[in-house]
Amino acid sequence: MITALWVMIAIAVVLGVVLGYAAIRFRVEGNPLVEKIDAVLPQTQCGQCGYPGCKPYAEAIAKGEADINLCPPGGEEGIHKLAELLGVEPKPFGADRQPRAKAVAFIDEKDCIGCTLCIQACPVDAIAGAAKQMHTIIAAECTGCELCVAPCPVDCISMQPLPERPNTWKWKYPVILLRPQK
Amino acid sequence: MRQLYTFHGGIHPPTNKAQSTTQPIAYAPLPAELVISLHQHAGEVAKPLVEVGERVLKGQLIGAPVSGFSAAIHAPTSGTVAAIGLQIVAHPSSLPELCITLQADGKEEWAARHPVDFRTLSNAELQSHLRAQGVVGLGGAVFPSDMKLRHSIPVETLIMNGAECEPYITCDDMLMRERAAEIVRGTEILRHALNTKSVLFGIEDNKPEAIAAMQQAIDDSSLPFEVVAVPTLYPGGSAKHLIKVLTGLEVPSGKLPTDIGVQCFNVGTAYSVKRACDDGEPLIARVVTVTGNVAQPRNYEALIGTRFAELVSASGALPGTDRYIMGGPMMGLELPGANVPLVKASNCLIAASDALFPPQPAPLPCIRCTRCVGVCPAELQPQDLYWFAQSNNFGKAQEWNLFDCIECGACAYVCPSSIPLVHYYRYAKSEIRARDQEKRAADLARERHEFRQLRIEREKQEKANRLAQKERAATTANAKTVAETASVPTPAKPVVTVDDTQQLRINTALERAKAQATAARPKNTDHLTPEQLAEIAAIEARRSHIHDIAADTGADDEPPKQS
Repeated sequence: MITALWVMIAIAVVLGVVLGYAAIRFRVEGNPLVEKIDAVLPQTQCGQCGYPGCKPYAEAIAKGEADINLCPPGGEEGIHKLAELLGVEPKPFGADRQPRAKAVAFIDEKDCIGCTLCIQACPVDAIAGAAKQMHTIIAAECTGCELCVAPCPVDCISMQPLPERPNTWKWKYPVILLRPQK
Repeated sequence: MRQLYTFHGGIHPPTNKAQSTTQPIAYAPLPAELVISLHQHAGEVAKPLVEVGERVLKGQLIGAPVSGFSAAIHAPTSGTVAAIGLQIVAHPSSLPELCITLQADGKEEWAARHPVDFRTLSNAELQSHLRAQGVVGLGGAVFPSDMKLRHSIPVETLIMNGAECEPYITCDDMLMRERAAEIVRGTEILRHALNTKSVLFGIEDNKPEAIAAMQQAIDDSSLPFEVVAVPTLYPGGSAKHLIKVLTGLEVPSGKLPTDIGVQCFNVGTAYSVKRACDDGEPLIARVVTVTGNVAQPRNYEALIGTRFAELVSASGALPGTDRYIMGGPMMGLELPGANVPLVKASNCLIAASDALFPPQPAPLPCIRCTRCVGVCPAELQPQDLYWFAQSNNFGKAQEWNLFDCIECGACAYVCPSSIPLVHYYRYAKSEIRARDQEKRAADLARERHEFRQLRIEREKQEKANRLAQKERAATTANAKTVAETASVPTPAKPVVTVDDTQQLRINTALERAKAQATAARPKNTDHLTPEQLAEIAAIEARRSHIHDIAADTGADDEPPKQS
């Protein structure tokens, strides 16, 4: 009886040590959930969610501090992906956070005074230019975050919606007419 | 007799080819205006090289390829550039594309042509020549031909595709009948570039005249090429399926034919390769079948940029035509109107009417009869792909190899429920491609954002380091001066406080400002004549008078300035 008790205690101690060692040895650096959430977010770095970038928002979601419906650039699909990832119910966007059509910033170069304020605001370094030199947007790198629009002292930056062109056009979902169109 | 292989499935739609093969290829009349799309090849839109009002010569380069995956565009005739802008082109979206409008002057004046002797050229040199001449695959996919000459492993077999399996189209058939020698010559050039052992011409057995003509031309040239009559079965003209029929080899999913040592070119491409090398003529014209609801269905050699309406009127438009199809009835696309221009991909134009193509009945639910599975040449499960596409389950569709679908339309052809299956697949494919694109853009943005943050952090660190270093230097310098000036009893403090360095900085700044102020003082005030002095005094008096008035009239909020 006593022997059995000792054996059980010995096993418990050994397993406890093994588990404790494993917890230190195979410790996961950082929160893998944050990476997964960050992969779903559209990386516009626009701050519309109220956090200074996509990664901080992902961290806030992972901690349970932020809701999943704060990212308009991700669209409805982004909400659904987050809901699926986190195992929660999808929520609609609030009235103040409706997704807008994708656009890129455009600098009206004749008005640009070369103040570099927009360059400092751009989260993805998509503006080329230098002090007292005209600036221009690298359209292929622009995420459409609109962060450069407000700092411009001469209001020469506008958001231009991306027109649909044959090489960006998508086949639409087949529409079935119940009665032939005449 | 060569052993032939078979592929899974396939259908036998009515061929309707006889109508347009009764007449030889005619030269389409030169139109007054040509509209040349800058995106008539697979890949990126070419960059326009001409300006509005500029006169161009026939064959002159007007659009430059922008990257490796793009093609050159040439002026099809001599004339003046009337406009460069967006125009509706032959594309399922009906969206406008950048086009150059050319006003033909009727002189057909050629720019300098650069024929080359292909025997002296390596594969790479030939690639750059074909690239410069804007040669693309004329079978329908318009893939730049120079890219098809690249290969990682030796290419054993070159297959010339003259199968032309799609109903109504006869442009390759007529080209083989009439210009077999040129096709053989072009094939010789391609074989030289790829250095292949064997060359096979795959022609469907419903074109006996073309087979005979090609055989004759090969016999005349005494080249070791072989013409193989393949059974007529749609879609036997698909490159992958023709390769399977002729060699028994299967191109693995996601791989290119060159990965298994085979390459396939359309016979029309071979013809334009011959023109590009022997005659130095870029790809500015092609043979196109005009058929369907027209008085005289036939083939035309037409300049790229000719509006389809001109070809239809040349063939005699008939009443009842309500739409136009570019390509065949199986894989072709409905044009946004007859006014769109001919592009390099245009192998056929069908004037369609309800009598020729009765409208499809409304689709019914899928009954899972799997007739589509039986005919699918890619051995897919079309009914499952349809299920996934219509429920937006794109991941699953991809798992079921959606991207191996060649969109041949055999499944939709046999579907008893008349479901537009191919439309669903195209929808799913373009959605998946768009998502991949977005994902790539997001990854790029993340990378750039993270790098930017890293850079800002680094700059901050560097600035702090610089400041600390300066401070240290200033401190030691200060300590030295203090030690030198204080020569007596109380020994100078070895360490100077931060306040001292700040004071030092303020003092230097003040001195600098003072020096600047002296420098800024007017320099011409010495050695003045008495008259000048009197004048200055008068001006000063007037100035103070004005200040007095200003003070009197009560500029309350603005005290008078001191002179």
